[in-house]
Amino acid sequence: MQFSYEVKDSYAEVKGVGRLNMVAAPKLREVVAEVVAGGSSRVVVNLAETDFMDSSGLGALIGCLKAARQAGGDLRIAGVQPQVKMVLELTNMDRVLTAYPSAEEAFGND
Amino acid sequence: MTRFWTRLIVVLTVILGVNYVAWRWLASLNWEAWWIAVPLVIAETYSLIDVMLFGLTVWNLKIRKPPPAAPADATVDVFITTYNEPLDLVLTTALAAKDIRWPHSTWILDDGNRPELRELAEAHGIGYVTRSSDWTPDMPRHAKAGNLNNALMLTFGEYLLILDADQIPEPDILDKTLGYFNDDKVALVQTPQYFINVPADDPLGSQAPLFYGPIQQGKDGWNAAFFCGSNAILRREALMQLGLVGYVKATEQSVRRALAASRSAIKKARHSAEAENPLVGQMLDEVEAATNTAQQELDSGASLSEITYRVRRKVDDAVRTLVAADFSALQADLEEIAAMELAHVGESGITTVAGDAVDRMSGREWSPLGALESVHAVLEAISVERTGEAQPIMPLATISVTEDMATAMRLHALGWKSVYHHEILANGLAPEDLKTMLTQRLRWAQGTMQVLLRENPLVQRGLSWGQRLMYFSTMWSYLGGFAAVVYFAAPIIYLTLGILPVSSLSFEFFVRFIPFMVVNQALFLVAGHGIPTWRGQQYSLALFPTWIKSCTTAARNVWFGRPLGFAVTPKARQSGGPSWSLIRPQIIVAVLLAVALVAGITRLLVGLSEPLGTLVNVAWVAFDLVVLSVLVKAVLYKGFVPEGSGAPENPESPEGPQERNADAV
Repeated sequence: MQFSYEVKDSYAEVKGVGRLNMVAAPKLREVVAEVVAGGSSRVVVNLAETDFMDSSGLGALIGCLKAARQAGGDLRIAGVQPQVKMVLELTNMDRVLTAYPSAEEAFGND
Repeated sequence: MTRFWTRLIVVLTVILGVNYVAWRWLASLNWEAWWIAVPLVIAETYSLIDVMLFGLTVWNLKIRKPPPAAPADATVDVFITTYNEPLDLVLTTALAAKDIRWPHSTWILDDGNRPELRELAEAHGIGYVTRSSDWTPDMPRHAKAGNLNNALMLTFGEYLLILDADQIPEPDILDKTLGYFNDDKVALVQTPQYFINVPADDPLGSQAPLFYGPIQQGKDGWNAAFFCGSNAILRREALMQLGLVGYVKATEQSVRRALAASRSAIKKARHSAEAENPLVGQMLDEVEAATNTAQQELDSGASLSEITYRVRRKVDDAVRTLVAADFSALQADLEEIAAMELAHVGESGITTVAGDAVDRMSGREWSPLGALESVHAVLEAISVERTGEAQPIMPLATISVTEDMATAMRLHALGWKSVYHHEILANGLAPEDLKTMLTQRLRWAQGTMQVLLRENPLVQRGLSWGQRLMYFSTMWSYLGGFAAVVYFAAPIIYLTLGILPVSSLSFEFFVRFIPFMVVNQALFLVAGHGIPTWRGQQYSLALFPTWIKSCTTAARNVWFGRPLGFAVTPKARQSGGPSWSLIRPQIIVAVLLAVALVAGITRLLVGLSEPLGTLVNVAWVAFDLVVLSVLVKAVLYKGFVPEGSGAPENPESPEGPQERNADAV
C-alpha cells in the first residue's frame, strides 16, 4: 500500500492507495505521526483509492485519531469505498467515525 | 458407537440423578436438623447440576479429522510471553519456536524488560518486544493481556501462535493447525497443555487429561472450545475486530457517562465559591450549553468523534473569548492606572499583558475553568481517545486475570468459531511444588469467577445456549468448594452427635442413591475412555479452601474494587522443606474426620447409634480421608526426577527440565 500526504490550507490530506491491512497499518501510523509532528494536527485520511480495509487498518485509524486529538487537532476519513463502509458497520466503528464524501468536505464545517 | 453409549449414560445419569435429588428435597429432609439437612441437600443439588453440565458437554463430543493444508502464504507471528522466568528457559522455548517449520517470525514478549534477554534474543536472531512508550506508569498494565495487546500493535502476521515461556513447541505445530483457518470464521485453534516434568502418579494433579480430552472435545462440539492462554493459534483479524468493538462500546459508554456527570458537576460548581466570579458563571453557562447540545447529538445518532470534537471546540472557544474579554478589561484598567500615574512601574517598564497570556490562560489547566476541578475532569472524559488505557484498542480482554477465557467468550459472542485440536504439539513444565501449584490454581479459579461476575455467560447476547452453558459449566465447577465443606461436615456431625440429615436411611434411600452413584462414575469412565480421572476428582474436593478463596476474593474484587492479591505463577520450584501450613484447613478437617471415626465407633459400641447409619457414615469418612490423602503426597513431593539415569527426556533439547529448574532457584 502506498501512502502520500499533502499539507493544505486548513488541513493535511493523507492518501492511501491499495489495501489497508495488517501489513499497511503500521505504515499509516508512521505517516500520520510524521504529518502531526510536522505541525498539521487536522488530518483527513482520503480512502477513495483504498479498496480494502481490515480491522488492523481500522485500529491504526483509531491510533491516528488519538495522536491527532492529543496534538489538539482531529482526524477524519473521506471517500469511503463499499467494502470499507461494510467493515466500519460490522465493527460499529461508524458510531465513532463519520465518513465524509470528500477530503474537502471533511473539515468543511469548521 | 461410543457416542451412543455416552449419550445413553448421560440420559440415565440425569434420570437417576433427578429421581434421587427430587426425592431428597420432597421426602427425605430431616427438618429437625435443618441446619445440616438443608445445606446437604443444596450441596447434592449442586453436584447433580455439575454432573448434568458435564453430561451436556460430552453429549456433543467432537473427534476431528486432520485439517486440510493451509494456504502457503499464511503469515504467522509466534509470541513467547514472559515476565520473570529464567532466561535459559525462555531461550530454550524461543529457539524451539524459531525451529517451527512453517515460515514465521518469532518474538519474545518480555514484560520484565530485561536487557540481558534482549541481548540473548538479538544474538539468536529472535524478535524482542517490550511495552511501547504508550504504557506510561499511570496506565493499567493488565498483566499478560496487556503484554499481548502491546505486541499486537507492533507486529503484523495474519495468525498468532501464543506460547508460555515454558511451553516448548514441536516443529510441526503450525503445519498441523493452520489449515483449520481455511474456514473464514475460525478465530482460534487450541491444542492441549501437556507437562513433561510430571511423574506417572502425578502427585500435584498437573495433567488435565479430562479437560484436554473429553471436556474440550465436548465444548468443541458446541463450538465453545476454550482458549487456554498458551499453545493456541489465533486469527489476528478476529482479535482486532474484538478490540474495535470493545473500543466503540467503551467509548460510547464513557461519553454517555461523562455527559451525565458533566450536568451534575456543573450544578455543583454553580454553588461553589468560585462561581461567584461572573467569568466563571458565564463559562459554566457555555459548558452547559455545549454538553446539552452533545447529548442531543448523541441521541440523534451523530458520530462520537464529531460530538466530542465539537464539545471540545465550543468549550475552548468560549473560554478563550471570555478570558480575552477579561484580559482586555484588565488591560484597560492598567492603562487607566498608568495614565493617572498612580501605578508603580516595575523593572519591565511596561504594564502590558504578554501576547501569549491569553493563550496560556485559556488552556484547560490555567483557565478559571481549571479551578473547577470536577467540571474540568468531566470535560476531559468527553473524548474518543480512551484516556484511561495505554492504547485505545485492547483486543485481549482485560476484565479478568484469565484473559484467555474472557477473550474466547467475546469472540464466540461475535460469531467466531473455535477449534480444539486433540494432539500434543507443545511440551510444558508444570509447577513442582505445592505452593506454586496452589497459586496457579487460585489464579485460574479467581479469573474464572471474575468473568462470571463481570460478564455472566448466561446473559451474553450473541452466544448460543450451548455456548452459554459450556462457559457456565466451567464456572459452576469452581463453586464446588462450598459443597465440599458440607460433604466433610455431614458425616462428622452424624458420627459425633448422632444427627442424621436424612429422615431415615431406609431402603428407599439406597435404591435411589446407589444407582445414581454407579451411573455417575460410569459416565466418567465411558466419556473419559478410561483416562485417569481419579487425581482430578481428589483435587476438586481436596482444594476446597482454594476454591472458596477464589470466590470470595473475586467477589470482593468485582463488587468492591479490592485487589485480588494476584501473583505470577513462579516457574521454578520454591525452596524449603515440606510446607504443611499450606494445607492447614485440610489438616483440621482430616483430624476432625479421624476423631469422628473414633467417636462414631464408640457410640455404636455403647449403643447410642444404629449400625446402618454408622456404617454408611464411616464409609463416607473413609472416602473423604482417601480424597484428602493426596495432599500428603503433594506436600512431601520433592520435585520431578526423570526416570532412568536422569538423562534428558527430549534428545533435541540440550538440558532436561530438572537441570533447568535447579539453575533457576
